[in-house]
Formats: sequence, structure tokens, C-alpha cells
Amino acid sequence: MNLNESSLSFNEKVIFALRSLYRERGYSQYKMSKFEEYDLYARNKDFLISDSVITFTDTNGKLMALKPDVTLSIIKNLKDHPDCVQKVYYNENVYRISKGSHAFKEIMQAGLECFGDIDNYNICEVVSLAAKSLKTISENSVLDISHLKLIGDIIEGFDVDGQGKKEILKCIGEKNVHELKRVCASLGVADESADIIRLLITTSGKPSDVLPLLEASLGGKADISPINQLKDIIEGVDEDVRDMLRIDFSVVDDMKYYNGIVFKGYIEGVPTSVISGGQYDRLMNRMKRKSGAIGFAVYLDALERLGMTAKKYDIDTLLVYSEKDSPSAVSAAVKALSANGSSVLACKKIPEDIKYRAAVRLSNCEVNPDEKNA
Amino acid sequence: MKKMLNVALPKGRLGEKVYDMFEKAGFECPSIKENNRKLIFENEEAGVRYFWVKPSDVAIYVERGAADVGVAGKDILLEYKPDVYELLDLDIGKCRMAVAAKKDFRDDNQRTLRVATKFTNIASQYYLSKGRDIDIIHLNGSIEIAPILDLSDVIVDIVETGTTLKENNLEVFETIVPISARLIANKTSFRFKSESIEKIVSEIAAQTEVKK
Repeated sequence: MNLNESSLSFNEKVIFALRSLYRERGYSQYKMSKFEEYDLYARNKDFLISDSVITFTDTNGKLMALKPDVTLSIIKNLKDHPDCVQKVYYNENVYRISKGSHAFKEIMQAGLECFGDIDNYNICEVVSLAAKSLKTISENSVLDISHLKLIGDIIEGFDVDGQGKKEILKCIGEKNVHELKRVCASLGVADESADIIRLLITTSGKPSDVLPLLEASLGGKADISPINQLKDIIEGVDEDVRDMLRIDFSVVDDMKYYNGIVFKGYIEGVPTSVISGGQYDRLMNRMKRKSGAIGFAVYLDALERLGMTAKKYDIDTLLVYSEKDSPSAVSAAVKALSANGSSVLACKKIPEDIKYRAAVRLSNCEVNPDEKNA
Repeated sequence: MKKMLNVALPKGRLGEKVYDMFEKAGFECPSIKENNRKLIFENEEAGVRYFWVKPSDVAIYVERGAADVGVAGKDILLEYKPDVYELLDLDIGKCRMAVAAKKDFRDDNQRTLRVATKFTNIASQYYLSKGRDIDIIHLNGSIEIAPILDLSDVIVDIVETGTTLKENNLEVFETIVPISARLIANKTSFRFKSESIEKIVSEIAAQTEVKK
């Protein structure tokens, strides 16, 4: 098969590159159907990016949904083998509300999941692949890592209810120090404890700068084993992408589902995160699975405007022929003109609103520049 | 080439105050003070580009990355919940989001409360937290006349001095949340233009501390 790379869109090239990246590390492709029983999403609504789902009633009366998410379906369908490791990758269309337009959109999503007996090596591998996925898309990218156990343990130590914890987490996610001060004061959290959270919000950057600083500041005030795990993970990440890693505790996810390492990837020029992932043992637990799990999703819709230069021409060559020209003559001319990979549109009448690089005319089996339409 | 920092300023007096704070922080752009109808101003040397936008649109410019940072009212952030960092309370443009009604209003729990407002999300969330059943009436302006014409029982709106309420025989019954201008940043920009953004945050934080 002859594949002309110029005929691929940027997103298609990214998908092919990601596929071979994941296959190299032993991940196999997971294919699934477009539909899933709605009940799966109703039970795990908070896990979804948007809780609106397109539903329909199947011929057997079951309420079905067009998949708004891939991870839940994989967990549901894959057999639980907690003693070994299963690795899958996917690129699938999902259907959810687009934040900008507030309307449903079909979104191409790629990603991978690793289930089973997850150890630090598996975490390093997934973090490396997330960073490499970003690098495949753009050299100007960063992967921000956080540890939910560190944040969770500190907040658990406060004598506040679930709503209060949610408000504190919101402040962390917004890097909102002033609101944190107000929330902690209203919840009766001691200034010293609030200061630890403030430190986590305001300290972000290179792991080699941030982690020793946090270790020194938090020692004796909080369990620093997550910081040590972060150090191990970063050391184990592939050397060629280690520079892309940053520590940022504003990367927080719903603690009902996520635990441990979480991360988000950003690319210069794309206003939202492009990759989001982490360990989600708690979701596995909620779905009665004994395995641990870690994975990430690449939001390909976010890349729509990246690597795209406005198309100057719709086609390279316009071949104008007439009734007198035989099909074989037109066919031979098209073949000759497209031999170098150019696109050729053969027509008798030039379509309106079409932009072409050059126009040629066929007459008596000869191709000549079309002066009239040049 | 130096990366330009794009700043969305809210049009009006608040925006002018905000620009002064940015200028003091070392991000000056003298052309912005020229009396003309231009909306974009740039100082390549200082690495900054300002643009005037409608105050309620600042958060959209920042969330979508057209601006790296901007200044928006807390009311807009609460209403539209943009996915941005809220880095600083500038302590200016202070007012409050409040429930107001006619002076003789008494809340009858047996009836659905009719609430007229521009801020439907803030109002819904507030009454949801109180477990009060409400009927939201979305209006775009002149909210104060809704209770007078019996379109609603109460209004949820921004109250600065209370003069407009007083002149329309209304008074504040509850304060929902205090409001002020906040410095917000796009999440991607925060990572790729961190030096400039962190400089702005620390310089402006120092200015607001001095005022206190």
C-alpha cells in the first residue's frame, strides 16, 4: 500500500505515531463498540468530564448511551487479573459536550491503561509514555505531576466535613491562595495547617528544585513518603523526556476515583491540557475490581489548531477537458500530472469557489497551460 | 525573541486602575493612555500586549488562551466557572452579590420563591445550598424593577453602594458572597510564561499588601 504522508491530517499523523509508541512497550489495541449501557455512566457520573450523555432506548428496551468515556468500558469488559499486568491502548471516538459550544461533539481520544499489580516500574513507564506522547505532538510541552496521597493525607488531618475538603481541593486546583485563607479560616483550620496547603499551591517547577524544598519544609509535619515515591518515579522515567517533567500540586483529580500519582500534559499554544491521567485504584475498587490501575487520555480535539497552516489551495492542478477528449486520454493525463504526488482534479467546467495552484487544458491528447484560467 | 505576555483588561474605570498596577509592576505600555479608539496596545520592549475587552468576556479570553492573564470580577468567575488559575485578589472593584427585595418582603416558605437575576448559576447554587425551592427568572438588565412589577419576589444582583436599590424602594436581605477583582491566568500560559506571570503576581501582591 502506498501512503502519501501529505494526505494525512495532523491528528491522523499523531494517532499513527502514538499507536507505534504504545505498541513498542507491549500495549495491545483495545477495540470496543460505540454503545454502552447507560447504567455504567449513571453509577460513575463524577468520573466523566461532562455528565451529559447521549442516550437511546435499544430494541430490547435497555437504556443505552453513546460512549462519553473509554476507561469505564475497558474496566467493565477486561477480566480482573490482580496478580499480573494487562496493558491496552485505544483510539476511539467519544461523545460528550464540548466546553466551548455547550453542544455534543464527536471527539477522537487516544490513550492507554495498565491494570493489575501496578508497581513503580509500571508507573514510570506510563509517565514516560505520557511525556513521549506530548513530545510526539510538540517539542514545546511539559508534563506536570502531582501526588494525591500527599494532598489527601494532609486534608484528611483537618477536622472538616466532605464539603469543606472539596472547597480546599478547589482552591488547590485554582492556585487560589487568598480564597484558601478565607475557606480555612471559616472552617476553623489552624493557620499552620493552612500554610502547608499554601506551600503546595505556591511551589511548582522542576522536580530537582521543588522536591528537596518540600521535603525540608514538610518533614515532621506530613508523611513525606509520596515525595520519595515522586523522586523514584522521576528517576525511572526515560531520560529523553525527564526534562519535560514538572511538579505541580494544582493537578488534582476527584479523590473518589484517583489516588497516588496524577498528571496533566500541556503544549505551548494549546490553551487546555492535552493529556490527563493517573492512578485510579479507587475507581477499580468501586467497580469491584481487585487490580490496581493507571492510565491516561490524549485529547486529540484540543490539537485541532496545532500544526495547521491555513490551506492556500484546495488542489494542485486543475485539468480542464472537453466532450471531445476520450476517457482514456483524460485518464492518462491525470496519471501523468499526479505522478509526483500532486492532487489533480479533472473537470469539464471549473467548480465555483475552488482554489488551484495551476490550471491546464487537455486538447488532442496534449496538456497545455490554461491561459484563460491560470 | 522575547515572549509577549497578553493581558486582557476590563474596559472602564476598573481596567484603568488595573493597568496602573501592571505599570507599577514593570509592564508599562504608554500608548494605552493615548486618547483613541484602539483596543490593542503593545510594548515590545517590556514584552507586554494589552487589550481592552468587555469585563464579562475577560475570563473567556483567558480560558481560551487568547490572553495569558486578565482581570475579572469574582461574580463572573463564580457564574461561568472558567477553567483558569485565580492567582490574586486585587482588592479593588469591591462590592457584594446580594439578595434584595421590597422593604416589606417576608419569605413565605410555602411558596416557590421567584428570583430575578443576571447570575442564574450563582442564585441557583445559593438557594440549592439552603434547600429552598425557587423559580429563576433570567434578566439581562434593570433587575431592580422585577420585584416592583411583581415579576419576582427577590433579586440576586451586585450591590456596590446600595443607592440604586434605595431609589427603587428595595433593600438587601442577605449577602451571598463578597466580590472583588481577581487576577486570573490561563493554565497553559502559566507553564510557558511562568517568569512574567510570577513577576506580575509578586509585584501586584506587594502593591495590594501596602494598601492594606
